[in-house]
Amino acid sequence: METTAFQKIYTKITQITKATCSLKASGIGYEEIATVNGRLAQVVKIQGDDVTLQIFSGTEGIPTNAEVVFMGKAPSLKVGEELAGRFFNAYGEPIDGGPAVEGKEVEIGGPSVNPVRRKQPSDLIPTGIAGIDLNNTLVTGQKIPFFADPDQPFNQVMAEVALRAKADKIILGGMGLSNDDYLFFKNIFDNAGALDRIISFINTTEDPPVERLLVPDMALTTAEYFAHEKNEKVLVLLTDMTLYADALSIVSNRMDQIPSKDSMPGSLYSDLAKLYEKAVQFPDGGSITIIAVTTLSGGDITHAIPDNTGYITEGQLFLRRDTDISKVIIDPFRSLSRLKQLVIGKQTREDHPQVMNAAIRIFADAANAKTKLENGFDLNDYDERTLKFAKGYSNDLLAIDVNVDIDTMLDTGWRLFGEYFEKAEVGIKDELVEKYWPKK
Amino acid sequence: MATKGKVVGIIANLVIVEADGPVSQNEICFIKMPGVDLMAEVIKIIGKKAYTQVFESTRGLKVGTNVEFMSHMLEVTLGPGILSRNYDGLQNDLDKMDGVFLKRGDYTAPLNEDAEWEFTPMAQAGDKVEAGSWLGEVLEGWMPHKIMVPFKFEGNYTVKSVVAKGTYKTKDVIGVVTDEKGNDIEVTMMQKWPVKVPIKAYRDKPRPFKIMETGVRTMDTLNPLAEGGTGFVPGPFGAGKTVLQHAVSQQADADMIIVTACGERANEVVEIFTEFPELDDPRTGRKLMERTTIICNTSNMPVAAREASVYTGMTIAEYYRAMGLKILLLADSTSRWAQALREMSNRMEELPGPDAFPMDLPAIISNFYARAGFVYLNQLKKDSKEPESGSITFLGTVSPAGGNLKEPVTESTKKAARCFYALNQDRADSKRYPAIDPIDSYSKYLEYPEIQEYLKKTISEDWVDNVTKVKDYLLRGKEASEQINILGDDGVPIDYHLRYWKAEVIDFVILQQDAFDDIDKSTSFARQKFMLDQVLAVYNTEFKFDSFEEVNPYFKGIINTFKQMNYAEYESDKFKEYLKEIETKINERKAV
Ligand SMILES: Nc1ncnc2c1ncn2[C@@H]1O[C@H](COP(=O)(O)OP(=O)(O)OP(=O)(O)O)[C@@H](O)[C@H]1O
Ligand SMILES: [Mg+2]
Repeated sequence: METTAFQKIYTKITQITKATCSLKASGIGYEEIATVNGRLAQVVKIQGDDVTLQIFSGTEGIPTNAEVVFMGKAPSLKVGEELAGRFFNAYGEPIDGGPAVEGKEVEIGGPSVNPVRRKQPSDLIPTGIAGIDLNNTLVTGQKIPFFADPDQPFNQVMAEVALRAKADKIILGGMGLSNDDYLFFKNIFDNAGALDRIISFINTTEDPPVERLLVPDMALTTAEYFAHEKNEKVLVLLTDMTLYADALSIVSNRMDQIPSKDSMPGSLYSDLAKLYEKAVQFPDGGSITIIAVTTLSGGDITHAIPDNTGYITEGQLFLRRDTDISKVIIDPFRSLSRLKQLVIGKQTREDHPQVMNAAIRIFADAANAKTKLENGFDLNDYDERTLKFAKGYSNDLLAIDVNVDIDTMLDTGWRLFGEYFEKAEVGIKDELVEKYWPKK
Repeated sequence: MATKGKVVGIIANLVIVEADGPVSQNEICFIKMPGVDLMAEVIKIIGKKAYTQVFESTRGLKVGTNVEFMSHMLEVTLGPGILSRNYDGLQNDLDKMDGVFLKRGDYTAPLNEDAEWEFTPMAQAGDKVEAGSWLGEVLEGWMPHKIMVPFKFEGNYTVKSVVAKGTYKTKDVIGVVTDEKGNDIEVTMMQKWPVKVPIKAYRDKPRPFKIMETGVRTMDTLNPLAEGGTGFVPGPFGAGKTVLQHAVSQQADADMIIVTACGERANEVVEIFTEFPELDDPRTGRKLMERTTIICNTSNMPVAAREASVYTGMTIAEYYRAMGLKILLLADSTSRWAQALREMSNRMEELPGPDAFPMDLPAIISNFYARAGFVYLNQLKKDSKEPESGSITFLGTVSPAGGNLKEPVTESTKKAARCFYALNQDRADSKRYPAIDPIDSYSKYLEYPEIQEYLKKTISEDWVDNVTKVKDYLLRGKEASEQINILGDDGVPIDYHLRYWKAEVIDFVILQQDAFDDIDKSTSFARQKFMLDQVLAVYNTEFKFDSFEEVNPYFKGIINTFKQMNYAEYESDKFKEYLKEIETKINERKAV
């Protein structure tokens, strides 16, 4: 960032902490950006003429006579068609060796959509994965995270979903991404011939953690440009939001804020909601859909990060390893798409809701049977059948390697019901049973 | 001279202002940024410094910016034209704003001042009146909207004049009243009221003695909500709080529904915007939107306005209650409001209470819940000495961190609300919706003799006893299931299996209800009574089984037929067929 002639340069820093520095300055706007010895910083507190700056890349080595230049504006990004196909860092600077992007400069983290101007999300996003399409159908304008332990293949599933989703643009916001994962995304998009539809903002594990805080806003500001101004269907991938939240807690701890649960800032809910609520169906056809990743520690979803996320997003996709079939499945119990009601049985076959629920109920019965077995009890005939059903259901429908259309998923469901149960045992409306029960 | 000031400090939406004159707690001020005015509320005063919470983003705000204090607290505007509107938390009319994105400092008028209303006088010269007395009425859509003596008027007044029947605008003078000192005061159709102050223009507030029908069986049958009562729904994310509130908002037997979306998802409100203008009110045949007002401050809208939104909703409810109406106020989620308080309290570096919430959180919550209630108004019924009455029934949701009910918001709310509808994660996971835990949940109203009387009179003499029995049966079913799990299927007498499965019948037929099925989603009290009788008949039957293995398939069959019944139109031919089928099934297995 270059300095223009009339900008005043300050060189007297009065206080330095791990993430912030303070100095005396006047005429400074709240949330304005500045550089401190060339490092990007943002105003987080003003008290009289005491201004506190948060330095994104940390304060290591910042001297008390560092050069501070205020930019007179909030963090911004130049948006335009040229963004397509490019890779940037958290500041929106190219990291692919290409030229800087020319375009309209917009502030990131801008205003929200007036709720009465939103349209109700209504376009189903088919992914071929039955754990998603059958049980947790996705809709454009939705926001939904994968909840997964760090060793699970969430980035692979997410990339798969993104490529099958038929989006006009895919925007990848990588936070604390390992270099290998970064290259994985690059390759898979490249192999799919999709690179020209992809825009990436990447902060890797090698970059300072606090820089990550800019990534989602960069990605979402770009998304708003394409979805609102170009009426495109935009899919935003944010991985890993747990590392984003960790960066929030670093900053708030260093600013001596009182932490709430799990040493997260008390404002975590609002901070995350501001991002996720950027998912929207615009009236003119454009949409922003957000698929995120929230890594868990030991499957614990009561930790403040997944917990607050769950309260914000429209469901979650929970990955779990099913040892009976040795595959990763989308767990039907903890997973949920709250927008599925808008499309299932309406844009999909009429039996969709009931097949979905009946299968999950039996799967729950199977889980109980399993507990019984583990406790050393005999299983009754019904228990035995639920276990057989569960295995088929897991393998043919829940596993993440399934790739079929929704009618086939429903037919598979009926086939499994027919194989192991009597009509009365599945608890589905008579008219549907009459119509779809497999003929022997 | 209005007090002025200058910004001296900014920390997110906490802005410290040095004032040049008197400032009062909760006073509203405007921060005059170039091109936009930001509204803020004073929340603490130290010396000349007023700490204000700004209802907008403070991006770009500079120290030294001018501030103007308004000499009033945060107010809502009350008058005809509130019904069916979509407001933000500060009562800005969202439909009046231009553009797709919200603009900072875009404040729009809550009422349409040019609208003309057909006014019919109700009071006449010489009438003794006080705050809340009805001077006349206009028709707001279908609703007779009373024009009242403003709530701010203290003491007694005499009507000097009321205008003749005709068309008037909200700001037109429709009457003149004279106070005790002989001063004449003009009254229009519009008044303002500070949201954090309860409207007390009523005679008294008895204990609730009627039930508010919601159509949700597990509430109405097991733990009914009283008209004028309070309840809350805590539950982990995804357990069904919002779906339950939406169901209640569609089906409840109320004149007006105020839905406060407080810090939750925008798409959920969009659902109401989209569906309510199309959906029919089952009781009146009018569209649902015609009886609904929405206060919408979603999670991405300014945090301070989120806190205001529940008060805005409550004040509007109090206004309509004073017209003799039955109001249902819903707030989803009150935890977001508590979190807004927490964010501010942290920024002001106050000594934190449990989980960093402010120390006075329990008091704030109980004061709020106390504003609901059934009231007898000052207004008398026409040609009678009986007072008119109105009610606010309040149902809030709570989103406990980690789904753990031992946290400050749930615990404080439990002390304030009389009904507790705990959503259970396991029930939600196994899709037993609505996931209200039948054993942990309660309605204190069931213990009120006046409510018991009411239920006996309006439903049946044995209703209350039956409900108590059902609760016991559910508990016994749970105990039986625990025993079976410990000792194994064949380690317990068949009787245990029967107890368990009979309780499952109650669960599947009465408690579980499909919120997305056109028929099942709402059940009238008559039908609820009918179904409870059927289920109890099954429960009280002595069955004969030779082995426990026969029990499970038999009851699965019974449950399945009952479910078909729930999906069928009440008393239709199909419904009756299924009933027969159940009778046949019972007779097959009846012990003789
Ligand atoms: N009565 C019901 N019938 C059928 N499905 C239901 C019912 N209640 C809830 N669900 C399912 O559960 C999902 C989540 O419900 P809901 O949005 O009400 O949860 P919530 O408790 O409000 O969660 P949050 O705290 O995150 O807002 C719904 O989208 C729906 O799929
Ligand atoms: Mg909800």
